[in-house]
Amino acid sequence: METEKKRSLTGNKAMSEAIRSEMERDENVFVLGEDIGEYGGIFGSTEGLIKQFGPERIMDTPISETGFIGAAIGAASEGMRPIAELMFVDFFGVTMDQIYNHMAKIPYMSGGNVKLPMVLMTAVGGGYNDAAQHSQTLYATFAHLPGMKVVAPTTPYDLKGMMISAIRDDNPVVFMFHKTLQGLGWMDQLDTSIGQVPEETYSVPLGKAKVIKEGTDVTIVGLQMTTHFGMHAVKELEENGINAELIDLRSIVPLDKETILRSVKKTGRLLIVDEDYKSFGISAEIAAIVAEEGLYDLEAPIKRLAIPDVPIPYSRPLEQYILPNAEKIVQAATELANE
Amino acid sequence: MAKKQPVDFEALMSSLEALYPMVQILDKDGNIVNEDIMPDLSDDQLVELMERMVWSRILHERSMALARQGRLGFYAPTAGQEASQLASHFAFEKKDWLYPGYRDIPQLIQHGLKVSQAFLWSRGHVEGNNYPEDLNAVPPQIIIGAQYIQAMGNAVGQKLNKSDAVTFTYTGDGGSSQGDVYEGMNFAGRYKAPIVFFIQNNGYAISTPREKQSAAKALAQKAAAAGIPGVQVDGMDPLAVYAVTKQARDWAAAGNGPVLIETITSRFGPHSTSGDDPTRYRSQESFDYWEQRDPLVRFRKFLTTKGLWTEEKEEEIIEKTMEEIKEAAKEADQAPKQKISNFLKSMFNEPGQNIQEQIAKYEAKESK
Repeated sequence: METEKKRSLTGNKAMSEAIRSEMERDENVFVLGEDIGEYGGIFGSTEGLIKQFGPERIMDTPISETGFIGAAIGAASEGMRPIAELMFVDFFGVTMDQIYNHMAKIPYMSGGNVKLPMVLMTAVGGGYNDAAQHSQTLYATFAHLPGMKVVAPTTPYDLKGMMISAIRDDNPVVFMFHKTLQGLGWMDQLDTSIGQVPEETYSVPLGKAKVIKEGTDVTIVGLQMTTHFGMHAVKELEENGINAELIDLRSIVPLDKETILRSVKKTGRLLIVDEDYKSFGISAEIAAIVAEEGLYDLEAPIKRLAIPDVPIPYSRPLEQYILPNAEKIVQAATELANE
Repeated sequence: MAKKQPVDFEALMSSLEALYPMVQILDKDGNIVNEDIMPDLSDDQLVELMERMVWSRILHERSMALARQGRLGFYAPTAGQEASQLASHFAFEKKDWLYPGYRDIPQLIQHGLKVSQAFLWSRGHVEGNNYPEDLNAVPPQIIIGAQYIQAMGNAVGQKLNKSDAVTFTYTGDGGSSQGDVYEGMNFAGRYKAPIVFFIQNNGYAISTPREKQSAAKALAQKAAAAGIPGVQVDGMDPLAVYAVTKQARDWAAAGNGPVLIETITSRFGPHSTSGDDPTRYRSQESFDYWEQRDPLVRFRKFLTTKGLWTEEKEEEIIEKTMEEIKEAAKEADQAPKQKISNFLKSMFNEPGQNIQEQIAKYEAKESK
């Protein structure tokens, strides 16, 4: 019995299990997108679903992002619960009108009379050598625009639990999953991309950050890969005598500012680590919130680690050079702790 | 008594289908089946076209090997598409403008890009995109279908400038579902812009088969809505591809406006070298069917029968190509290392304070 509880899954299998259980529970749930059928999704999030549910509920679409995201909006407005997969978040460019002028605004413009209970799931992130138009996270681009929940779970446990919450949510939810955390065979193998996932259905609320490790000296805020790097960094910091607290944001909209402010009150020092462009990003938003509501708790200026204002390089060494990593976090957190 | 329907939809649909027969000259066994439309190519030109197709197959095989060794980055396999790619390009002139997709590296090189630069592009080195002044082409498009509208803009510009160059651009069957593809054709039709649009229909949009992408029997019929001619051609037949493309180029150059050409072809391998296993979505029968239609096999038979091609000749081309590729890979290895500070500097003509600070920060790090 103990062994059953400790079942481990990769990120992609946790996601497909969440979708499977919700499709079994509610016949209004269906998935549409490119290469999600026999292929199982380019990043494996619909692996095996076509066999169980067939092509009417796991719909391989033409390469028409505007077409299938618009179709999902139409279906959602009539009470279906579609999950549309945008293959790479970078492809939002060809379909932003449907996403932002429609999906995010119809509930508002109808005075709340039209609900859009849909999930727009999309692969984000770099670090695996896929160049400027396939490696962005664009967390802040979506979070900046009102009308969508935007979540970015890190662990397989949260990928499953938050996908279930996203499907059941009556609002449009942009569900960002990080490619490197899917645990796919052809990607780098990371300890964080595999984890314990209960077999039963459970949900993890949207809008709640998670304190991964408690600490007293410095607060480190991350999400997805920067949380993964943070997990390694806090161990090394601990060995160096620095007791860091690590917060995994999990959700960008709504943002759990209470957890961040509570932590900063305790540690007095804040390092925000983001795999997105630095200017006008999540790190700026969190820094602004802390400046507005927790300035007197700070004992040192806030520090940020993020990508410089340049597209993600294709060259592997240069990509690694600009992406945050554990070493950079250790260095920044050490400087901060000693200020 | 039932009233007569205002329109006979079934008749309408079947008459539409009849408008797009597949043009073929050389059948799969290398026999001429349509003598009347044989293109006007000299023996030397026929041999040159075959040389280019063999060159392309070797470039493909070596690129796959280099990608496996980690000496290339992204690579989209081209084997099977040699007639569709090289015979269409053969009908264009040096002054014409090429807007390629990511699979169209062979045409780019034939148009004048150095092989070493194509390799640098694959490896994500910016020098791979630094095109010489006399190369009328833009770097390969990755975002599906986007090249159609940009190529259209180029062609409208050629017309306004009274240039006699023609623009040509390629997408795939998958790309033909994008709104950009229709917008490009419609706009070009309205301006009678000198452009030839290609849809290389290789049967799959990554894993999604052609019949699941559109109810249109022929993708060429998408031209009708834009008011331009659409043609479907056997994309494994170099003579048919060349003949139709030549006609389309002449038509466009004469001021009649754009043409859409759909080549019926096949990719023998995966979509790309990024983790794609085609056996997950494609049957062995499909591979076998298309390999029997290999454009190299039928053209080789045709030329051999005419006494224009020998095994020795082919060996010679293969060896020459292997040597060329080896040298190009070496040359690519010698490109200067890239720097983040240089990337930042290339963002704006005059970087603002924020970027200037980042440049300074990275220059300091890089000099360590």
